[in-house]
Amino acid sequence: MAAPGQDAKLFQRGKIEEFRAELHAAETKDKKFVKRKTVLKKIVANITMGNDMSPLFTDVVQCLGTPLLEIKKMVYLFLVSYGRSKPEQIHLVIPNFLQDCNDRNPLIRALAIRTMSYIPIPVVKDALNENLRHCLKDRDPYVRKTAAICVAKLYAADPRRAEKSGFVEMLRDLMLDSNATVVANAVAALSEIGDRQDGVIFKLNLATANKLLAALPESSEWGQVYILDSLLRYVPERHADAEVMAERIIVQLQHANSAVVLTTIKALLYLMNYMENRRLIDYICKKMGPPLVTLLSSGPEVQYVALRNILLIIQRRPAVLKNDVKVFFCKYNDPIYVKLAKLEIMYRLARAENANEVLAELQEYASEVDIDFVRKAVRSIGRLAIKVEDASDTCIQALLGLIETKVSYVVQEAIIVIKDIFRRYPGKYEGVIPTLCQNLDALDEPEAKAAMIWILGQFANRIDNADELLDDLLYTFLEESNEVQLALLTASVKLFIYKSKSDKSDKAKELVYKVLKWATEEVDNPDLRDRGFMYWRLLAINPTVAGEIVLAEKPPITTDSDRMDRGALDQLLLHTGTLGSIYHKTFIRGATGKALKDSPALNPHSRAALVPVARLQLPPTAVNVSGPGPTESHQLGATEDPVAPPLLDAAVSKPTPPIPTEDSENGDDASDDGAEGADEGRANRDPYANLDGAFGNYLADQPRPMNAGGRQGDDDDLLF
Amino acid sequence: MISAFFIFNQKGEVLISRLYRTDFKRSIADVFRIQVVSNSDVRSPIITLGSTSFFHVRINSLYVVAVTKNNANAALVFEFCYRFINICKSYFGKIDEESVKNNFVLIYELIDEINDFGYPQNSEIDTLKSYITTESIVSTAFAAEESSKITAQATGATSWRRPDVKYKKNEAFVDVVETVNLSMSAKGTVLRADVDGHIQMRAYLSGTPECKFGLNDKLVIDKSQQGGSDAVELDDCRFHQCVRLNDFDATRTISFIPPDGEFELMKYRSTSNVKLPLRVIPTVTEIGTTQVSYTVTVKANFNNKLAATNVVLRIPTPLNTTAVDCQVANGKAKYVPGENVVVWKLPRLQGGQECTLSAAADLTSTTHRQVWARPPIDVDFQVLMFTASGLIVRFLKVFEKSNYSSIKWVRYLTKASGSYQIRF
Repeated sequence: MAAPGQDAKLFQRGKIEEFRAELHAAETKDKKFVKRKTVLKKIVANITMGNDMSPLFTDVVQCLGTPLLEIKKMVYLFLVSYGRSKPEQIHLVIPNFLQDCNDRNPLIRALAIRTMSYIPIPVVKDALNENLRHCLKDRDPYVRKTAAICVAKLYAADPRRAEKSGFVEMLRDLMLDSNATVVANAVAALSEIGDRQDGVIFKLNLATANKLLAALPESSEWGQVYILDSLLRYVPERHADAEVMAERIIVQLQHANSAVVLTTIKALLYLMNYMENRRLIDYICKKMGPPLVTLLSSGPEVQYVALRNILLIIQRRPAVLKNDVKVFFCKYNDPIYVKLAKLEIMYRLARAENANEVLAELQEYASEVDIDFVRKAVRSIGRLAIKVEDASDTCIQALLGLIETKVSYVVQEAIIVIKDIFRRYPGKYEGVIPTLCQNLDALDEPEAKAAMIWILGQFANRIDNADELLDDLLYTFLEESNEVQLALLTASVKLFIYKSKSDKSDKAKELVYKVLKWATEEVDNPDLRDRGFMYWRLLAINPTVAGEIVLAEKPPITTDSDRMDRGALDQLLLHTGTLGSIYHKTFIRGATGKALKDSPALNPHSRAALVPVARLQLPPTAVNVSGPGPTESHQLGATEDPVAPPLLDAAVSKPTPPIPTEDSENGDDASDDGAEGADEGRANRDPYANLDGAFGNYLADQPRPMNAGGRQGDDDDLLF
Repeated sequence: MISAFFIFNQKGEVLISRLYRTDFKRSIADVFRIQVVSNSDVRSPIITLGSTSFFHVRINSLYVVAVTKNNANAALVFEFCYRFINICKSYFGKIDEESVKNNFVLIYELIDEINDFGYPQNSEIDTLKSYITTESIVSTAFAAEESSKITAQATGATSWRRPDVKYKKNEAFVDVVETVNLSMSAKGTVLRADVDGHIQMRAYLSGTPECKFGLNDKLVIDKSQQGGSDAVELDDCRFHQCVRLNDFDATRTISFIPPDGEFELMKYRSTSNVKLPLRVIPTVTEIGTTQVSYTVTVKANFNNKLAATNVVLRIPTPLNTTAVDCQVANGKAKYVPGENVVVWKLPRLQGGQECTLSAAADLTSTTHRQVWARPPIDVDFQVLMFTASGLIVRFLKVFEKSNYSSIKWVRYLTKASGSYQIRF
């Protein structure tokens, strides 16, 4: 390259024959190899553009005779691209490779094995085998560190061969190398091998783990990530071992590279499971907060990774960032993904003391432009009302204010959450129902419509014209979505029960009959039909009892439900900083499962929540948390809880369990090591507890099909 | 780990394509083009389709993309992309389509060096420049001994510095640069105010200098019992790879052997006692549905020997604004219809000075009138020799075995760009 930045003109499409001719022409009279260099650059450009340059194989390989390093690198790049597709011609370059493997220059030796290991075909592998063995013991650390990664490449292509050649053992030896970079790459290679289903198991004992830690300060930042990551392969047998190790790595939290910081946090969170010293645990939690916040001044992409992780960390260790809600307030120009992630954290960190600040922010967001963000903000206001009782009055006011804006999606979202607020604080806010009713016509989304219909039915005794409103809504019954149909069915039954003794009973009776008939005869959906039949029979057998059942007192809802269970959290936190932590799923395709390993030092509470790694084979929804706010389909089902057979109680509706007696909000701090949510018990009792929705909520949503065997005709007789 | 690395231009054309692993074909690039480049509403920097995840960072209308096939360390992948961008900037002065095309062969060399089989490797710019160069190197002439020095450095404990650096005049420049983030409510209360600071150093020092760096950090001052009302509380510090973290943890001393040339020594964050350099007092009234009147006052809240420069206020107007009549005594104000803002530029604002803009925006009547979201007023500015956190460099000591004397320079700058927001 004569001068930097002159190659753009070479970046254009060209024909194979032209390049071949140019290469031939360059064989004579090529001063300083400029011609060959130029052609090779054009070829590299065409490889980039996706043009198949492989027919030039033999011509390009000829260039290896030139002594220019730059040309060698380009030819090697060509070989990496096409070597695998030309196994019959690759022998042409083997002598060059072998020569380079024995070059005096360490950079050339490393380049040779690096390139060869990128071409995993038998001829090359044969040639590589002996040389790699030498290079793993090369006197130059640069060659050794390159060789370590070569083993991982070879293992990926041919695991059995790599094992037979003894390369894995040689890698283990390299973990004790005097050079930190070599150690780090050996660890990276072993980790990759250990993560394979068919790979050699890679575990660390205390002595090796300590050796790795000794290499930590001298490693490159990436090397530090590989080493810190490998600490999860060490299972502490004594509390003290975990504690000493945590103290050794905690300084890495001050590193400028966010990957080092997050991987350190991952290792610390892992080690904390094996600790006993309460004060040290508190100290570590305190130390983790500020670096996490600092990640928010990185680029938006890293911010996003940090935020998704923070969301997990604060659920498991609420002491971290407890008082930092302000730093999660959105900036107007944050990218949307950052805003949405911040919103969830704001909701989680909201408490009575900061509820007003949080609410003021949420109100601000509710007037922004991005529809998705606005909706989540509105929903968060409702969730805040449910979570923090002291703030519920102001939240309701805020929601009513938003309804007044008449912006369709804002109104709909507000109605959805107000429905939940009614259930959380029975008898407190029903005064706002008339305002809601005024907006009935604005609703066009099933979820909002269903919520409003639920309100109509539930409070039919307080809404004078409930029957008229419902009748209007019923006009389109057959065209409605399932969710709305179910809501209409239930609401009509409720209306009928309320009004059966009033002067409007005829109208109500007419309505309910109409709906039941549609539900059981016109609609194909089995859920709707079954529910129709169930109501029909209930009403037919004993309307009074039916009333008691349908209008039974509902368990108030809480926000406990949107916590993840402890076992799942512990497992997710082993993936801190990775894709899994972003999607909040431990099941990422192609990823190896990780689970806490039992040891005498394992904290009893962590042990109680242990999730065996085999669980990971469950469907991908195994651990899955929805955004702020429960999914309404659950809600709808939950209103029917009392009707459901008692047997199903355990599995029913994670999002809205009855208020547990002691695990409420205040329970947090009391719980041994501050973990949020202590549903280990339930998780253990019910093997499907963390399946959450894998079956489309069928269990939660629907009573069992009846065993009556009767056909529709029979049912007609039973009515009333 | 990273399976493939790409650079795309805005049209979705591939400028660089390097497959580190055999689990993908080059055609995976087409998937990214369809899913991200030609999608106008990309809502995440990570797109996962089946078992394939695309991580992308946008810079100057380029997409820097890493593709993975397993549960990759997302933070590491993005840090790698950022590092790649920095290396390009250092090598070519900038990163854009032109510079990538002009240096594509060199970029291939670089990405093969800084990443092997998807694992990021040594990416210290100073070291890279010693053996990945733009000059032709003849293999045989490239002495083995010379290479051994390079490899020792690339894998060594101070991989960021060459040992043979020589300067006639030994100098070190320290720039303390603070970015103020402000979010002020319509009522004038501070919702959040914090400082993201970073200390940029340019070290032109011979040999292997051992540096010690001191700040008026509260923890240090409390320890040394010197008392001091000027102590600053830092919430968190993060350091360049060269700083010995163990020393910092034990004694709060910042000691290091600097890389040669420019680097970011540390980043810090401060949230207590943030001095806000500019105070903005907006009064915005909607008069009926046809007009909005503005009175915006900006006041420089610092020593009158200092001055804020390049002050730009961006004052939002409703979407249905037709014209804005602006009146200012200082600077220039102009309505920019494309962005729905009035841009008020003040080249210079002396400490203590106060300026006012008054404006009236005319609105067209619209049939469907939506409530105006009132985005915040955004202020950009720079103030030299001022730190919003109050941070001061107390000392920078350089020790080298040849015992040369060195000159040190310290500059302070506080600025805001896109993060100083006042709601109204």
